[in-house]
Amino acid sequence: MARLRVSVHKFSSCDGCQLALLNRVEEVMRLADRVAFVHFAELGYVNPDAPVDVAFVEGSVSTPEEVMRIRELRKNARTLVTIGACATAGGIQALRNLQADGRAWVAALYPSPEHVSLLGTSHAISRYVAVDLELWGCPVDSRQVFSAIQALALGVMPINPRDSVCMACKREGNVCVLVAHGAPCMGPVTRSGCGALCPRFGRACYACYGPSEQVNGLALTQRLASLGLDPDAIARRFLSINNAAGPFTEAGLRARASQ
Amino acid sequence: MSRQPDVPSSMVFLPHEGLSGLLDHLRSEGYRCLGPVVRDGAIQMEPVAHPDAFPIGFRDRQEKGTYALEDAGDARMFAFANGPQGLKPWLFSPRETLWHVARRGTALAFEPAEIDAAPLAVIGIRSCDLAAIAIQDRHFLGGARPDPAYAARRGGLFVVAVNCTHAGPTCFCVSTGDGPAARAGFDVALTELEDGFVAAAGSERGERALAGLGLAPAGGAREAAAHERVAAAGSAQTRSLPGRDLQAALLANLLHPRWEAVAGRCLSCGNCTLVCPTCFCHCEREEVSSGGASAEHYREWDSCFSEGHAFIHGLQVRPDIRSRYRQWLTHKLGGWHDQFGRSGCVGCGRCITWCPVGIDITEEAAAVCGAATP
Repeated sequence: MARLRVSVHKFSSCDGCQLALLNRVEEVMRLADRVAFVHFAELGYVNPDAPVDVAFVEGSVSTPEEVMRIRELRKNARTLVTIGACATAGGIQALRNLQADGRAWVAALYPSPEHVSLLGTSHAISRYVAVDLELWGCPVDSRQVFSAIQALALGVMPINPRDSVCMACKREGNVCVLVAHGAPCMGPVTRSGCGALCPRFGRACYACYGPSEQVNGLALTQRLASLGLDPDAIARRFLSINNAAGPFTEAGLRARASQ
Repeated sequence: MSRQPDVPSSMVFLPHEGLSGLLDHLRSEGYRCLGPVVRDGAIQMEPVAHPDAFPIGFRDRQEKGTYALEDAGDARMFAFANGPQGLKPWLFSPRETLWHVARRGTALAFEPAEIDAAPLAVIGIRSCDLAAIAIQDRHFLGGARPDPAYAARRGGLFVVAVNCTHAGPTCFCVSTGDGPAARAGFDVALTELEDGFVAAAGSERGERALAGLGLAPAGGAREAAAHERVAAAGSAQTRSLPGRDLQAALLANLLHPRWEAVAGRCLSCGNCTLVCPTCFCHCEREEVSSGGASAEHYREWDSCFSEGHAFIHGLQVRPDIRSRYRQWLTHKLGGWHDQFGRSGCVGCGRCITWCPVGIDITEEAAAVCGAATP
């Protein structure tokens, strides 16, 4: 049986999602008879232009060079999988999409902005090329990515839940932090896959997994307001890591406009 | 398991400090004991070694979308309405492997999953949850192929019920006919007074458990006080459904504008269905492991609010929140009559308390059916 040829590519990102893979590198290496890493710079394999069965992409498209690179990569990959909030929804850096001039922030942030070649926007990979599978999260859950590799090695699509974090909380036996503690939890509008990590430790979900399958942003906005959050605080809950994901953009901008 | 109604029960008095003797007896009979404990700000069913772990003195404050505990500082152990879950997670597991499949050369070997069926004794189950277990029994055990995992856990269950002497504002078991007193399905039933419990057996093994404790008869005054407290908990309930059988009224109102209105408030997060002690929907999935050498077939709790629940090959039959909420309510309060001969609601009120936006099933049912429905 031919080994699955896999590559891992970085675009505009913090590398955290690649770390999610490296966290399980021993398990990944145990798949050596089924999986061959062709390009994964953080693991020492460098061959970015090689044709592969599966390309994992971390990071958003944020520079002119990345536009060219993702198009080339698509030609070389039979299956393209985005990993994480940046690649799947544009990431926190997509906040500049909401500005009149997205490039203006560069001047404010960098002492020599002329050296930074940047698009005015940061977009999900799917804005530029077709994507076969999107794994959400900031970062992705390493178990989920590892499970995806195993499924893809067998030629089946991985389990990729879209139901709410609430469903995961209830299956885990977590006490609802919104109902029992009045925490401004985003779980009801956020997709599961993280194992309800934050509520499991008594923290409100901050929506790093992006929108669940059916978001009622207005209903949650009203509930967060009743907990005492002002419109700006509510807008920031939606316009965070996954600000460029459609239902979150809509809910966040509506909350902001209601100020 | 339940006592015949024509057999007179001999009620005994179990002081608070005697409850540990009951737990000791159950452990000596091989049971693992579960009881209410405070964890993460809520009262939950957990393994307990001693009644000291029970929520002594605690009261719960429940309203639409809110839950809080406070310590009243008294000796009462069960002066709260109910916690976020009944016994459902212990009988119908949130996630459970059904079988494994492994490669053996070119063949596949299917193996059933091991079932953990260590006998459980549960202390503090309320009448609403007992009614829910009776419904889940019919679902999981009633057909031609009983669910082996549920059957194994259910078969070993010893039930110490507690009759409610404290109703929460979200309780409405009187209107569904399921409380506040446990009528069937228990081995021992307790009614709490200031200094202890009036106890009655509901089965032979319950009788044996009480007999070994050397308890004195409760006496008429205590029995009357217990009866009075339970009756008071019933009359303290402020919510109710507009009728026991709403099937016709719901089906006559499938296009009622209220469905659209509730869809505007509903998050479709699925909380109501997963805290409901009677909801049994689940999905089944495959997960590959060991690099493709084996796979696990598991089931986990699902909800009629999930996209996948209404997806049949190539078609989403309930594409919006309106149709999903309507499905839940019309099935729960309507379709169950065909399926189980009764409504699927036992009046525990959890879907009201644990809905993050506080949608109230009794309000919605009344609005859709019209308050005058019999």
